[in-house]
Amino acid sequence: MSAFQQLVRSNESGILTGWIHEMSSTTRRSDLMDDADLKQQAAEFLRLFTDAAQSGSDVQAQEFAATREFLKAIAKSRMEQGFSPVETAMFVLSLKQPVFNALKDALKANASELVTEIWLSGDLLDKLAMLTVDIAIVFREQTISRQQEEMLELSTPVVKLWDGVLALPLIGTLDSARTQVVMESLLTAIVETNSQVAIIDITGVPTVDTLVAQHLIKTITAARLMGADCYLSGIRPAIAQTIVHLGIDLIDVQTKAKLSDAFAVALQRLGKTVVSIKTSASHAPKGRE
Amino acid sequence: MDRIPILKFGDCLLVTIQVDMHDELAMSLQEDLTAQIAKYASRGVLIDISSLEIVDSFIGRMLANIAAMSRVLDAQTVLTGMQPAVAITLVELGMSLPGIKTALNIERGMELLKEYVKQEVDAEDVDDTES
Repeated sequence: MSAFQQLVRSNESGILTGWIHEMSSTTRRSDLMDDADLKQQAAEFLRLFTDAAQSGSDVQAQEFAATREFLKAIAKSRMEQGFSPVETAMFVLSLKQPVFNALKDALKANASELVTEIWLSGDLLDKLAMLTVDIAIVFREQTISRQQEEMLELSTPVVKLWDGVLALPLIGTLDSARTQVVMESLLTAIVETNSQVAIIDITGVPTVDTLVAQHLIKTITAARLMGADCYLSGIRPAIAQTIVHLGIDLIDVQTKAKLSDAFAVALQRLGKTVVSIKTSASHAPKGRE
Repeated sequence: MDRIPILKFGDCLLVTIQVDMHDELAMSLQEDLTAQIAKYASRGVLIDISSLEIVDSFIGRMLANIAAMSRVLDAQTVLTGMQPAVAITLVELGMSLPGIKTALNIERGMELLKEYVKQEVDAEDVDDTES
């Protein structure tokens, strides 16, 4: 490693200039990052890299810890800024050209040593570039799993329609994992708000198969066990047909075509009616406002 | 051996389960309760399980049995304060306790029982809007 090491040390500013030139011609994203930041990052990396390269070419070694940390920070911030993993890797890979050039100038006379040094430094830079790709992938996976959780939370909101009336508008297909969240959030909300009636609205559920129906029945039974009435609403004609064709037994479940109908029944159950202000004298009960 | 206390409250019996149920305790409750219903000719039984956090199929069956026995002795059973986790467990075990009336808390449970027993007590707060 000595030749390569000494070379980088002695010619640091030259290599840095060459590197930045290389970067600006290949992967420069001036829309995402300004020159000063890039220069600073490049200089910092070159310093850490030459310090660490003394030890050998094992990037997992203790000597490379600082370099790895630095790359991790760079990869993360670049992913957040909108760089692609390839563009981040090119940050490291574009250092090859100036280093190779410098090696070529220094070891012109000795061809075999030149090849060895180029091989060693190239190998090392490749490994470091792979490291940034690795970090980028992990970062992206974390983002995806976080978004999945958020989607799960977002798609099962429990809303309070009235004192003692909860509604759960379901959107999307129900699978086992989602059903668990739906069930838990509804039952917890029933306890928290001390509600007597819960309405599960499946207007946003595109298909109801036997599994989904079974999940719904379970949720409704659990709510009943806790002492709350549970209605099912928003059943589209096509879904009604499917349910009957599949032979699903919804006898014990009170169902309504629209959320408003279920809400009217819920209010009735609580002994309340909605009265139009103008014709309040007639006391006409209304389901919808 | 500790026992679960059964309180007499007018025509009704009140049972609040405050400890984790084990099988023997459940059996003794079953015996005590049926004896008390017969003794006082009670019309309603309220069982509060709000502090019960773990149930198994045995406890579930015991609750169903108590309800069935009470019905034979002409008393209505209301189960109150079931925790979400307990409800989920019972449903997953396939026990929907069809014969039992349920309520969110003791207050609601008593209202249900009074409605069933039709005591004079609730004549005072008759709600006009009730249909």
